Amino acid sequence: MMEAGRSHFWHSDGRQLSGLSTLLLLLPFFAIIAFVFVYPILQLLVISVLEPHPTLDNYARVVENPVHMRVLMRTLWTATLVTALSVVLGFPVAYYMSRAKGTVAALVAVCVILPLWSSVLVRTAAWSFLFQRNGLINSALMALGLTSEPFKLLYTQSAVVIAMAHVLLPFMILPIYGALRSIPNDYGRAAAVLGATRLRTFLEVILPLSLPGVVSGSLLVFLTALGFFITPALLGSPQEMMISTLVSKQIREVLDWPFAAALVGVLTVFVTLLAIVFSKTLRFDRLMGNAS
Amino acid sequence: MKPPTDRGSLALGAYVYAVLAFIIVPLVIVIPMSFSQNDYLAFPPSGFTLKWYAEYFDSRQWRAATWLSVQVALLTALFASVIGTAATYAMIRGRSRLVTVFQILLIGPIIVPHIALAVGLYLFFQTIGLSGTIPGFVLAHTVLTLPFVVFTMAAALGKVDANLEAAAMSCGASRFQAFRLVTLPLVLPSLASSALFAFIISFDEPVVSFFLSGVRQKTLPRRMFEDIEQNLTPVIPAIATLLIVLSILILLGAHVLRSRSVTR
Repeated sequence: MMEAGRSHFWHSDGRQLSGLSTLLLLLPFFAIIAFVFVYPILQLLVISVLEPHPTLDNYARVVENPVHMRVLMRTLWTATLVTALSVVLGFPVAYYMSRAKGTVAALVAVCVILPLWSSVLVRTAAWSFLFQRNGLINSALMALGLTSEPFKLLYTQSAVVIAMAHVLLPFMILPIYGALRSIPNDYGRAAAVLGATRLRTFLEVILPLSLPGVVSGSLLVFLTALGFFITPALLGSPQEMMISTLVSKQIREVLDWPFAAALVGVLTVFVTLLAIVFSKTLRFDRLMGNAS
Repeated sequence: MKPPTDRGSLALGAYVYAVLAFIIVPLVIVIPMSFSQNDYLAFPPSGFTLKWYAEYFDSRQWRAATWLSVQVALLTALFASVIGTAATYAMIRGRSRLVTVFQILLIGPIIVPHIALAVGLYLFFQTIGLSGTIPGFVLAHTVLTLPFVVFTMAAALGKVDANLEAAAMSCGASRFQAFRLVTLPLVLPSLASSALFAFIISFDEPVVSFFLSGVRQKTLPRRMFEDIEQNLTPVIPAIATLLIVLSILILLGAHVLRSRSVTR
């Protein structure tokens, strides 16, 4: 969320619109957001506490049932692993990208940005081909003699973590890249002139200054991972559900709306609170590739 | 600067290219698979055939799903870019006290998990008869794409000097004329690229579509989801290849528009 201090972003001098025109131009935006976003979410939250009668029982069922608690814990743990994996994979790429020039820079940028704009289903389907019994990974392992029997990779939690990290990696790389790019080159040079080795310059100058990007990217990945649906639904095991797949099951098979609404309530409130707490670090505008 | 040649840099380079391979290989792997003669999706692919593409184009179900997604994405691109640009223009040129509310509502659809919105809309649209209809999909996708349109347009409109419009208006142009004749041409490339992005986000949107799709009205991502979940037929790599080509075309289009943009 952009803090109030950056509200100059929205203002420019010059002749201003009249209050009425401003309102008329904003009306469609507020109408559609109110009608298609705020209302349906609020309605779910209301159902979660009012049905079948005013109660918190639906929430009690989430925390008191060990099966449901395990789903919540698995969701938190999976999102944590995905975030950690994305930092480990993404930081060096962002660092390399921030230093690269010319063709190399363009090539790296394409590799990062193309997946961002390609279908999540395509990427998830690709992983299900790779993870199959006779897929590329098992074929390669057997050809190398590392295993004689194909591994069970598909429908495991590892498959979900790897594929989710793959899908969410651009959300980690781009904010870190943005933070690294905003560090003036002089800082590194100054450290070098003062006798710091390249490693020390990195550890004591570049790394601390890039931390806001790391925090921002980690939050984006973590928050998105918590509610991820497609990848766990297609690559995960039905015995190891995440919160989103449990919600889907409650609605499509069990038809237990109040309980599904409570699950959605837990997820939405948790994610929103985290987003509010860290609102200063989340910079969504960077995702469009304009590091403004 | 001299190109770094020490061991640390080499290791970094090797690691980065390994990660880039991890990013790109799963995407490009579907391309050879889509031409494979194998009826089951084994690796390595063998032979060469276009039969999976033919199966996709010949199938009434796949065609219907694709056509539905095209209609929804086109209308979403139109709505989101018009509504988003109007709102952004008002926020930049007006003196609205709604800045904070606007920003919170704008970020909302990005923060709130899509599964939550999908379930909420599923319930709501069912009661008002919008479930599984084109207007229903378009409304939902417009909400999901508006933030991206606003970010793009805020960057573009913010760079247009307000005095240009003021000058046009002091020469007798109305506010609307000043916008249409002065500002709009300057931000047109950004407007077009935000429409492109809205199109591709809507066309590929899987979660909300999954819940809003009816028995007959299924978007392409919903059909793909069912196919992958149930039997994973070799038509999927063919469709995936086509979708990757579409993403590349959209990004190329956006890139061309960006380099043409006067307000850059």
